[in-house]
Amino acid sequence: MKNNSKNIAPTVLSVSDLKVKFVTPDYSVHAVNNVSFSLKRGEVLSVLGESGSGKSVTLSAIQRLLPKNITSVEGSIKINGEEILTMSARRLNQLRGGQIAMIFQEPATSFDPVFTVGQQITEGIRHHAGCSQSEADKKALELLDLVRIPSAKDRLHNYPFEMSGGMRQRAMIALALSCDPMILLADEPTTALDATVQIQILLLLKDIQKELGLSIIFVTHDIGVSIEIGDRIAVMYGGQIVETGNLAEVINDAKHPYTKGLLSSTIHANSSGKRLHAIPGSPPNLSNAPSNCSFSERCEFANETCKNTIPDNVKLGIERFSRCLRIGVWE
Amino acid sequence: MAKIDKSFVKVRNLKKYFQTGTQIPFLKKPPAVKAVENVSFDVFKGETLGVVGESGCGKSTVARLLIQLIKPDAGEIIIDGLAVEKRGGISTRDLRHRMQMVFQDSYATLNPRMPIEESIAFGPISNGKKPSEAMLESKHFMDQVGLDPNIYLHRYPHELSGGQRQRVNIARALAMGPEVIILDEAVSALDKSVEAQVLNLLTDLKSDLKLTYIFISHDLNVVKYISDKVMVMYLGEVVEYGTVEDVYNSPKHPYTEALLASQPSMDPSRKLKTVPITGDPPNPINPPSGCKFHTRCPKVTDLCRTVNPKLQSTDNVDHLTACHLASNVTEVDVLNAQKGLNS
Repeated sequence: MKNNSKNIAPTVLSVSDLKVKFVTPDYSVHAVNNVSFSLKRGEVLSVLGESGSGKSVTLSAIQRLLPKNITSVEGSIKINGEEILTMSARRLNQLRGGQIAMIFQEPATSFDPVFTVGQQITEGIRHHAGCSQSEADKKALELLDLVRIPSAKDRLHNYPFEMSGGMRQRAMIALALSCDPMILLADEPTTALDATVQIQILLLLKDIQKELGLSIIFVTHDIGVSIEIGDRIAVMYGGQIVETGNLAEVINDAKHPYTKGLLSSTIHANSSGKRLHAIPGSPPNLSNAPSNCSFSERCEFANETCKNTIPDNVKLGIERFSRCLRIGVWE
Repeated sequence: MAKIDKSFVKVRNLKKYFQTGTQIPFLKKPPAVKAVENVSFDVFKGETLGVVGESGCGKSTVARLLIQLIKPDAGEIIIDGLAVEKRGGISTRDLRHRMQMVFQDSYATLNPRMPIEESIAFGPISNGKKPSEAMLESKHFMDQVGLDPNIYLHRYPHELSGGQRQRVNIARALAMGPEVIILDEAVSALDKSVEAQVLNLLTDLKSDLKLTYIFISHDLNVVKYISDKVMVMYLGEVVEYGTVEDVYNSPKHPYTEALLASQPSMDPSRKLKTVPITGDPPNPINPPSGCKFHTRCPKVTDLCRTVNPKLQSTDNVDHLTACHLASNVTEVDVLNAQKGLNS
């Protein structure tokens, strides 16, 4: 085993005990509660969760993009051992784009409509690499070729609205890759796209990831997409990671009732004619700090203990955890 | 061929163009978005017709045309033998008693200042029912969609979750006593675990009330689950129509094939390696000539670039497709078609 551990890729990002709370005079939301995970070099981590499960907030917290005045962030986020949460603004600016970049869901709104795509890509390159405009132009052209935009040279002079949805998302990926980041955060980048375009973007990301050895965190609510892209998966519910592990292990042998329920309520090609096994109830209200298992209200296996204890991570194997008190009992 | 016409909703040659911008005198007319062109289909009583396609293919426009939220430019809609908005047919007002619609955005479609009870009773009251009676009945409809009237009757839409609001929308549609319900992406905005609940509800209601559904969605798996027949649309036209088994197991149109192949697999050991088709759907303002799919079709021929194929039966009479390669068109037909094009 010792020999093996030497071959394991180094950890590039580690998040431990992350807590994000939004507080305004009227309400408070405990959006993320005790989230810990790590990301290795060259690995794709799918983060799967329903709306309000805290997956996007976790991503934003990693880049410190959350509004300061109403957010309280606790815990630790380290990129290559450097703590993000206490970093100076100057250093943070170097990291954003340079080491860690993000692709958003809606490429139409994340580009600036009054500049051409080329201008927006070269701006970042010039800022980070400090090179001349012509060098930046050359790099931008290479990037558009990398993301397989046809007739890339002309497309550099296009405004975002002149591109189709799939093309814009490709340009968005080029923009994110412009400063050679190590880590790519993808927040539902294919949700707004059509089915035939979605699979193109997924396979493109996968190709680029292999080619450049990127680490990707891919947030999605679509199980099919998360299976298609991920090496490892983290399932989020109520602001917590309830289950994490190797993708195939989690999907084939779910160890948390929520993962199990999610898989059985998802319609796939051969569920016709059968009644769907739906999870009763609706996702939890996060206005109070958790005092129990967040899934206990909807869980058919919950007992009294589940309703008043916060479950800890149960280790099930190498990097395989489930946050369930009754593990082994309900299966 | 003396088949008994038992179709309940019959649509023939439906057409709708949306004009972009306004016409300025002496200047060129601004282009029109060809949203729906030559769409014909039948829905039989008690059946569910699934409509699939990518964004901009006209599936929602078809729904809005069916229920007369917008008027078609051409074509006819016949429901139970009565033509909609035609002499001797059925008026829009009467149509609402037979056909109702549930929309995607459950929040935007409910009046935020109206309690659930009133929202459900609104339709019957404005159609002449006594308010007290309609209010009483709304309890019954809430029960039917699985909402406890004692808890939710006087609540406002913002106090409900997305799944509950969609149930209210379904109850509101049921309150008019319709025979056909159009579900336009009705479960798309819901989380997976809640989506399953609503789909189960829809299945139950259909068998209890003998409803007919027109189910519009971009999610092929959901359509396969709930539908009996499927209609695949591309850029405002129907490219394939048939039973779920036929279309999903032996698709005849290259677009349907590509759409099915683009579905992410649910099996971690079988990930996709190659892209089924490349490119984005073209702009419906300026659709390609001939077959509209020819710009992305892997099997394109010269004929496809010039002649738009008609929707016609394949070797199976009930399985229709609009593709030159799938239909048994003879050379003579092709020549005739080209002559017609040139003259």
